[in-house]
Amino acid sequence: MSTPAEAVTTTEAGPKARILHRLMRLAQDRWRTLVLLVPFAWLLLFFLAPFFIVLKISLAETVIASPPFTPMIEWIDDGIMHIRVVIDNFAYLWEDDLYAKTYLNSLKISSISTILCLLVGYPMAYAIVRANHTTKHVLLMLVILPFWTSFLLRVYAWMGLLADQGTINNLLIAIGIIDEPMRMLYTPFAVYVGIVYTYVPFMILPLYANMEKLDWTLLEAAADLGARPITTFFTVTLPMTMPGIIAGSLLVFIPATGEYVIPDLLGGGNVLMIGRVLYNEFNANIDWPVASAVAIALLLVLVLPMMLYQHIQAKETEAE
Amino acid sequence: MNNARRSYFLITTTCFGIAFLYVPMILLVLYSFNKSRIVPVWGGFSTKWYGVLFESEEVWEAVGLSLKVATVNATFAMLLGTLAGLALVRFGRFRGRTLFTGMITAPLVMPEVITGLSLLLLFITLKEFIGWPDQRGFTTITIAHITFSMAYVAVIIQSRLAGMAQDLEEAAQDLGAKPFRVLTDITLPLLAPGMLAGWLLAFTLSLDDLIIASFVTGPGAVTLPILIYSRIRLGLRPDINALATIIILVVAIGVLVAAWIMFRQQKQRELELKMSEEA
Repeated sequence: MSTPAEAVTTTEAGPKARILHRLMRLAQDRWRTLVLLVPFAWLLLFFLAPFFIVLKISLAETVIASPPFTPMIEWIDDGIMHIRVVIDNFAYLWEDDLYAKTYLNSLKISSISTILCLLVGYPMAYAIVRANHTTKHVLLMLVILPFWTSFLLRVYAWMGLLADQGTINNLLIAIGIIDEPMRMLYTPFAVYVGIVYTYVPFMILPLYANMEKLDWTLLEAAADLGARPITTFFTVTLPMTMPGIIAGSLLVFIPATGEYVIPDLLGGGNVLMIGRVLYNEFNANIDWPVASAVAIALLLVLVLPMMLYQHIQAKETEAE
Repeated sequence: MNNARRSYFLITTTCFGIAFLYVPMILLVLYSFNKSRIVPVWGGFSTKWYGVLFESEEVWEAVGLSLKVATVNATFAMLLGTLAGLALVRFGRFRGRTLFTGMITAPLVMPEVITGLSLLLLFITLKEFIGWPDQRGFTTITIAHITFSMAYVAVIIQSRLAGMAQDLEEAAQDLGAKPFRVLTDITLPLLAPGMLAGWLLAFTLSLDDLIIASFVTGPGAVTLPILIYSRIRLGLRPDINALATIIILVVAIGVLVAAWIMFRQQKQRELELKMSEEA
């Protein structure tokens, strides 16, 4: 690639400069490879490799040692390799009712929360899109702002609202609607409120992004052709906004299924969710193989929605 | 008539939605000025809980560690995320593209308990085989944060690049600039606002993370969310309300300043456009 003139100057400049020049050339010619290689290698090491380790440990036996599980590959005296794979942990998850119930309960809570988020978020996203320029920006900022504040403290705010001696109970007693505090904190109700509260911006933003690109004259066309508003909504608006609905729902559903903080702080011991079981299995019971098996099983449950989300993301970027 | 009813419905739901988002936070702030130790029972105005908060050395240490992790994380995540975004949008097809896209989008939705557990097991395995990291704490938390933050930065860069007109880059190329020169002199400066947005997002994501940090941390390394969590697990505490008030204040000021800067830039651009049209 180098022109003859360049080659002459480098030979004159001595070996050190020549090496430097070579390196510069390498950077210039190979920069594309470097640009790709650095993040690729990082993700392979710190994102993909860990999953294989989790998988490996989920196939080991629990022992009281450090680390507290049996090795997968052992070398016996004469250089014979001994591979030990135990599926007991998965069998244990299957046989113990508690885990099946917890998985189902997590899916139930995250599904209902997703629908609630959609019911709250859809009209809001719609209103933001249809608002005039200034209002639109103010509303968008108001929706995004909580996202920049602490998630943990927003959950904590609801502890104060829902407690037996909390704001809501105090208010209702003061007005005279109830005589005794209602139990709200440490119930499934509190978990739903917490999830909807913290995840609703994740529903609104993809819906907004989708709705903003739509051709709203289609609605007028439908009206001109005599469609009633309700018909227009179900035959035009809803199908057009479906990509936003799916993206927003997945952004709520997937992380909510593995949620730990909300069931722990607002649900107490009364609401079983799989993220909490995993955390406790690992930290309190120090049962690494079972915790790993729980993680793998959770991943299997979520792999389909995750692939769907990725598919939508990829299509979205291509469309742009 | 139907239109009026629809907009009435929309305005009501939006007001309720915004109230739903903000009333809990406003109450959080109000109760931080409560004299009484029992958070939701008003006992008069007082700022004593701020004093209690500032006197706690634990809190200062946690704030220091969290800010240190967030800064280093944001810087690395911005660099790696920008590279990843560039590769995804401008490199077309390459070997391993599907895997790469998968590894970029998966951290956005991966439940934190899984990411945390798997990274901790990686660090333990690495220590067993190569003796590093010999202690968990600042380094391991930062690495874990970079791993998920860079995915968010990559998505921001990706959408900026996709929405950016390529005519400046093409012009530079036509004038004889090599692809590398185009990248450093044209593409990266144009991407700077996106990179800044990515940096800020990575910074806040790091400050906010409890689960992943609690998995990969070691003895002695307590980040702010870990400290807050250990306190509120046992119930409501007025000093945590004071801390929440400070955080909300800082974020609100930050967002307002950012919005003002963006607003001014837009005005400037509109003005320039108008002038160029007149000229």
